[in-house]
Amino acid sequence: MKAYSLFKKDWQSELRTRYAINALAMFILVTISVILFSIGQEKISAHLTGGLLWVVIFFSAMSGLARAFVSEEERGTTLTLHLLAKPSTIYTGKLYFNVLLVYLMNFSIVIIYSLLFDSFSIQSVWLFVLAAFFGSFGIAVSSTIIAAIISKASAKGTLYPVLAFPILLPLILILLELTKYSIDGKSIAESYVELAVLICYDVIMLTASYMLFDFIWED
Amino acid sequence: MINYSLTLQNLTKSFGRRLIFKNINAEFNSGNIYGFAGSNGSGKSTLAQIVAGIISPTSGKAIHKLNNEIITSDKLHQYLGFVSPYLILYDEFTAEENLIHSLKIRGLNPDSERIKVLLDTFNLYDRKKDLLKGYSSGMKQRIKFIFALIHNPQLLIFDEPTSNLDIKGKDAVYKMIEEESKEKLIILGSNEESDLSLCQETIYVENYKNSEIDKR
Repeated sequence: MKAYSLFKKDWQSELRTRYAINALAMFILVTISVILFSIGQEKISAHLTGGLLWVVIFFSAMSGLARAFVSEEERGTTLTLHLLAKPSTIYTGKLYFNVLLVYLMNFSIVIIYSLLFDSFSIQSVWLFVLAAFFGSFGIAVSSTIIAAIISKASAKGTLYPVLAFPILLPLILILLELTKYSIDGKSIAESYVELAVLICYDVIMLTASYMLFDFIWED
Repeated sequence: MINYSLTLQNLTKSFGRRLIFKNINAEFNSGNIYGFAGSNGSGKSTLAQIVAGIISPTSGKAIHKLNNEIITSDKLHQYLGFVSPYLILYDEFTAEENLIHSLKIRGLNPDSERIKVLLDTFNLYDRKKDLLKGYSSGMKQRIKFIFALIHNPQLLIFDEPTSNLDIKGKDAVYKMIEEESKEKLIILGSNEESDLSLCQETIYVENYKNSEIDKR
């Protein structure tokens, strides 16, 4: 309940300041436009569009999700949060916020992408939905803890993608594989191992985040 | 009466090779006002932040007890009210929204009557619907006191409590401190004579400075 209240505070703040939403929306538009311009009249394969989809998602996440903690640090309100709740509550509240942001972001990207790229055709819809669901959760969990780490650093902007790349790489690789399977029309049963790896990644990152956050949060 | 006590055991803080203070030992109890004094840069705010659990000491401990039961660091925020110049509330919210959010995040139900009384006490009731970004520095200082008192904490730490306040604001703060000190433990970090005159006991942080580390 306390974490939910923190999430509500963050969401209300976001609706007023548009700190993350504007950055995400602009980044999505710019990356998709760049891909469209660079492709031109070329006919690209369905597998390549699947790969490019996760490139857009990865870089959009890099641009907007660090804001959960960075905005508090930049505005000087980190101390206020320290005085309001224990570290696990703060991480949970920020995670709720990033989860919602990632689901909204990925949903918008997939819709825009489907409309603009004819060759992006998913045969196994439920497999893609499952992959996107657990993948988005993984991105939110990892991005939240990375945001907490980099908010304490002086070079926030450059550090985030550098730190996020090795942490998100296993997730992106498994998501690329699952997207390829869903384009090829494989069933959920046939993709069981990859889905299990995806869920394991989420569980490991979530556990590690809760274990680490106390140390990151304490000065 | 609830008994809140705070014990400082060999508290030492250094930033890199710069020693701020060394081996502070002290015992504080509710019903009293204590002061942390010293010139600018002497480490008053650092000591206040260590006591509040915001930053860690290099060595030593600050032990908080409520009725002789030790309060763990993850629960300290429930018993603590903190005001300082570097405490910043959310500018995009109104005063009332800031207070309601802070109570909800603490897991408490907002008591509109208490909010009204506190806003009245600090002369901010008429401006409760205004965004904080429109507040003057004195008004922001006053809302910080409400933020610190709203959850009725047993320990109140006020670092430079009267900064940015006019005479009327200072009087309201002194009156509140005297009232709250009857049952609570209050610590003031200041170098203002008028603030320190309220304290029963004062720690001069500079007296705990030792240049040994600097010379190494």
